[in-house]
Amino acid sequence: MSASVVSGERRKQRRRPRSRATVTSVLGELLLTAGVIVLLFVAWQMWIGDIIINAQKNDEGAAISQQLASSPAPEPPPFEKTDDGTIVYQPVIPAAPAEGEWLGQMLIPRFGADYNKGIYGGTTRAKTLDHLGIGVYTDSKMPGEVGNFAMAGHRTTWGKPFNQLDKLQVGDAIVVETPDGWFTYRFRTLEYVKPNQTEVLLDVPQMPGVATGERYITLTACSPLYSLAERIVAYGVYESFQPRAEGPPTALTDPPPPPAAPSV
Amino acid sequence: MYAALWRLLPGPWWLKLFILLVLVTAVLYALFWYVFPWVSPFITPGEVDVE
Repeated sequence: MSASVVSGERRKQRRRPRSRATVTSVLGELLLTAGVIVLLFVAWQMWIGDIIINAQKNDEGAAISQQLASSPAPEPPPFEKTDDGTIVYQPVIPAAPAEGEWLGQMLIPRFGADYNKGIYGGTTRAKTLDHLGIGVYTDSKMPGEVGNFAMAGHRTTWGKPFNQLDKLQVGDAIVVETPDGWFTYRFRTLEYVKPNQTEVLLDVPQMPGVATGERYITLTACSPLYSLAERIVAYGVYESFQPRAEGPPTALTDPPPPPAAPSV
Repeated sequence: MYAALWRLLPGPWWLKLFILLVLVTAVLYALFWYVFPWVSPFITPGEVDVE
């Protein structure tokens, strides 16, 4: 048998019409595809989506901070001088945001120097927590106001802005940036509660009917990770307000603390 | 179905493979950036803030 005959046969084979796709084969391939897409969805929800959304939100936050820094600073508020000469500004309290309306940016150096997440009104998943970011409880006080500035955020999924709440250390800065300036709070303590224990949102958390005249910040998220059974609550106390004209507070300009490992 | 797609792609096998990889990347991008964020609220549990 000569070589030319073999190649001729091969050519004939190649031209032979393929077996047509049957209903069964198409159905099988569609089912396989559906299975792969479901697996991809799980990978997105548990892992890839967080990477994407987290990066997107931090980029958005950096752009907003940049824009706020480049716009003309509002007139600084009145201040008092303490005995040791430090200047204490009166906080410029922002108006309560409507549902889904932007209030400010959350900066927590412990969560990384680039951590910069938007704060919006409302705590429904559909309108705020999923697509926008950190949500302010409806009856919450505003930053700088006497009482409790209380927010909710995702611990897992949707960019997980509050993933590392359990990694905060006493004294860590929790900074809220608004067009008027920066509110610095200092982290104090963690608490784990049942989802119906809304006393954590009171003006003085867990103390009904008590007024201390203090300003608190409360960050709530789901606990344990990937569960809705409990809530993790991080409390902080107000330290200072820095008007925009004065530049970022030392809490942001100081060397950042070592970044916390992600909670997994 | 996929065999038909492979036949539809032009060029030698390496060009087919390259076009296929580009297509797969495009599909993954659409899924991760648009489809999954849109579909997720219909699948995952409802409200989480307070009970």
